[in-house]
Amino acid sequence: MSGMLLEIEGLHAEIDGKEILKGIDLRLPQGEVHAVMGPNGSGKSTLAYVLSGRDGYVVTAGRVLYQGRDLLALKTEQRACEGVFLAFQYPVEIPGVTGVTFLKTAVNAVRRYHGKGELDAMQFMKLARAKAKELGVPEEMLKRAVNTGFSGGEKKRYDALQAALLDPRLMILDETDSGLDVDALRMVAEGVERMRGPQRSMLVITHYQRILDYIRPDRVHVLVDGRIVDSGDRRLALELEKSGYASYQGKAA
Amino acid sequence: MSTDLDQVRALADRKYEYGFVTDIESEFAPKGLNEDIVRFISAKKNEPEWLLEWRLRAYRAWLTQADPQEWAKVHYPPIDYQDAYYYAAPKQKDGPKSLADVDPKLLETYEKLGVPLFERARLAGVAVDAVFDSVSVATTYKGKLEEMGIIFTSMSEAVQKHPDLVRQYLGSVVPYADNYFATLNSAVFTDGSFVYIPPGVRCPMELSTYFRINEAKTGQFERTLIIADKGSYVSYLEGCTAPMRDENQLHAAVVELVALDNAEIKYSTVQNWYPGDENGKGGIYNFVTKRGACRGKASRISWTQVETGSAITWKYPSCILQGEDSVGEFFSVAITNNYQQADTGTKMIHIGKNSRSRIVSKGISAGHANNTYRGLVRFNPKAANARNHTQCDSLLIGDRCGAHTSPYIESRNASAEVEHEATTSRISEDQLFYAMQRGLSQEEAVALIVNGFCREVLQNLPMEFAVEAQKLLAISLEGSVG
Repeated sequence: MSGMLLEIEGLHAEIDGKEILKGIDLRLPQGEVHAVMGPNGSGKSTLAYVLSGRDGYVVTAGRVLYQGRDLLALKTEQRACEGVFLAFQYPVEIPGVTGVTFLKTAVNAVRRYHGKGELDAMQFMKLARAKAKELGVPEEMLKRAVNTGFSGGEKKRYDALQAALLDPRLMILDETDSGLDVDALRMVAEGVERMRGPQRSMLVITHYQRILDYIRPDRVHVLVDGRIVDSGDRRLALELEKSGYASYQGKAA
Repeated sequence: MSTDLDQVRALADRKYEYGFVTDIESEFAPKGLNEDIVRFISAKKNEPEWLLEWRLRAYRAWLTQADPQEWAKVHYPPIDYQDAYYYAAPKQKDGPKSLADVDPKLLETYEKLGVPLFERARLAGVAVDAVFDSVSVATTYKGKLEEMGIIFTSMSEAVQKHPDLVRQYLGSVVPYADNYFATLNSAVFTDGSFVYIPPGVRCPMELSTYFRINEAKTGQFERTLIIADKGSYVSYLEGCTAPMRDENQLHAAVVELVALDNAEIKYSTVQNWYPGDENGKGGIYNFVTKRGACRGKASRISWTQVETGSAITWKYPSCILQGEDSVGEFFSVAITNNYQQADTGTKMIHIGKNSRSRIVSKGISAGHANNTYRGLVRFNPKAANARNHTQCDSLLIGDRCGAHTSPYIESRNASAEVEHEATTSRISEDQLFYAMQRGLSQEEAVALIVNGFCREVLQNLPMEFAVEAQKLLAISLEGSVG
């Protein structure tokens, strides 16, 4: 294998018959962190959903190789089990389902997929407590219903805890910075930064540069109107912060 | 638990060799319903004259009553009451002879439920039910219960051995002519459970119909009577499963509970009668009257039900809160899929001062199913400072099912307080995607979300029952999404 975790080639996708992605090319090597930056409506979240297999997003052309295999042929849960993790812009509340139940079910689904034995309640709690402690997430959060009544910051930390438990190969952060104050942002970003490693790649999708002060990307891609219009190193993000997307928007149209 | 099961299994296996099938075959009443059949049943059971008279009064009343279909939101073709057996019709004539003859789909369901093999055979209606002599299993505990003065026996036996108690309480909560199906039951009931807990005694174990399988199968007209004397406590569990048959079968049971001063009764049901197939063919008509009387001061009755099966469910476990400071509770999960119909809820009749009631109802509809909550909260003029809180939530899966809520509140006392909260929601696509993005299959995700929705109710069930109920919910909803 080429050391490429993710290879997106000529990806077109639509929702409700409207084309949103109009030919995306992007290569993400193993162990690298890439940022995808773009204005509202440029297709950032669509890219995240297409990669993670959300219902209703239809790929009309192009292909996506993940670890050299056709990612788009896999079902949503298979992608998750293969190590694709989406950190949600707005994590979803599931009333009445405790974090312990939810995460144990998820961890065991992934283990089952890989032919490993399931963890019992005791084993799972031991693992969950250790990870929660590592991330500074209060253990009490595990006993509450998933995301229910959590603050914005709590939800994002909870997502980070899930990632730590599921140990993904590809983390897609979909505007994780939205709705967070500076302190919460730093805490979440530090949690993510800790997960960086040679075995894990990340796609950090964002409108603003500020999260990139904490999660330093190896490369930055600019997404405008469904296409990658520019790529560069970290300096590109800083330029965008100053000049905005206006110049690109002219180009794309 | 596993020792109990082992004992049960050992008994079942042992008795299988003797084969009681022939014994049961002789116990037939002619098809149809008339006074002679009522007399036949009463004679077969060697009942006293007063009970026969009671049955006959019920039968005559029934002839004058009308099917309640006009007000309940359920629909079914007229039932031909003459085309049925009213006494212990054995199943083996038409039923499968062995597990090999049983629909593999049904066996798969039991496999998923973790029901032991001999149980699966019984549940599937294989002719091994006779071998499972539940009465002798019950006797394993009978000794211990008897020492404490607790009576836990079949209704038939109670009529013979404790006629005074039966005569005092039978029909005292659900009168013989209460409603169409209860009246029919009063005329032809074949068996059921009888429980009496003496004053001050806390029943040390959950009493369950699980151990009385033979009797439960003898008829679709069981009658259960539970009396908790002053200061006593009992928790009773009722599990229901039925063989898969193409025709609709009527199950019209009556349950009466009586709680005297400071007594408490918890009654839990996990109802999994055969719901019919994906096209709505077959299944049980579960037309059941359950009512409890909180007769004494500070008495307490709590109903918990998980209704997953039946083609049609029509039942309203209720509490008559006569005693001062008495408490009535109703926790319900009703789940309908495919073409199932459920019209279920409760009645809380407040008579005593400071009586309190709480209703938590969770209805889930999928497929083409209709699910109705129907409840009545009534405060009589003397029910000063009575309180009720009702929470009624509906969850819809898909866009072809229905949820309906019909709460009735009648207050004749100005100091009474009633609160009613209701919600209707869908399983959101967001929730499903979130769970599936974490590795759960769609079915696992639905089961998890539904279990969360029902949590408040499920946590009232005894542990083992709760686990079974959770699995049942998951199975009931298989194939309901996507």
